[in-house]
Amino acid sequence: MPEIPFEHILFVSFVLFFTGVYGFFTRRNMITMLMSVELMLNAVNINMLVFNKYLFPAQLEGVFFTLFIITIAAAEASVAIAIIINIYRKFKTIDANDVDSLKF
Amino acid sequence: MTVTTRRLFRSAIYLLFTLINVAALYFAMQYEFIAAVQIVVYVGGIIVLILFSLFLTQQAGVDLPVPSLGRVVFASSLAFFGFVLLFTIARLGFSGSETGELSGSLEMNTLGKQMLSFDRFGYVLPFEVVSILLLAAMIGAIAIAFRTKKDA
Repeated sequence: MPEIPFEHILFVSFVLFFTGVYGFFTRRNMITMLMSVELMLNAVNINMLVFNKYLFPAQLEGVFFTLFIITIAAAEASVAIAIIINIYRKFKTIDANDVDSLKF
Repeated sequence: MTVTTRRLFRSAIYLLFTLINVAALYFAMQYEFIAAVQIVVYVGGIIVLILFSLFLTQQAGVDLPVPSLGRVVFASSLAFFGFVLLFTIARLGFSGSETGELSGSLEMNTLGKQMLSFDRFGYVLPFEVVSILLLAAMIGAIAIAFRTKKDA
């Protein structure tokens, strides 16, 4: 199997990251914002792995960072979805502009 | 398309395909274990969570409102300039230690040993910290979800 060039994978990762940025700033629905954050985390994971593979193939730092980022993303998603469901119970909406009271 | 479609369920399904493609990219980079973890955790866990919460909080068939023009312009310009900046940085090239040939497939054995070793490049402390973090996240999610109205 031919090796994919280094820059091409970086290009994919950049596109994914800025798609996430765009989605995070345009969407106001909390779940879609969470999905955009997941996109950005995936872009970071791709970057970690590609730098590990092509620049420092003798070490495993990028692999471990990717594993920990995936773990933390799972924890973050579970807590965020619990918070979102609770907010929906209180406010009957999950639009980030409508939920504007800190204490209720 | 995850961020542009106005139907939430389609958005989640597009995210699912994106994550599967990322896993395929890991396979192409010969990180099979990471690809497996990606599929299990993201596709099996996070997408299911997101779909579940979508069904709980969203009326089916309701489209999202179109975002305002100023916000679209702001976000797309931010994304575009950030992309151009990173792309120019990437074009400058990297000077890594390209020592040694690309070590083919990642050995599960070395991965596990380094994960739990106390040596210089060992990762046992982050491993423990992550386990504490997962426990805290679980307890926090349960505490948030089970809070009733009177003790809130």
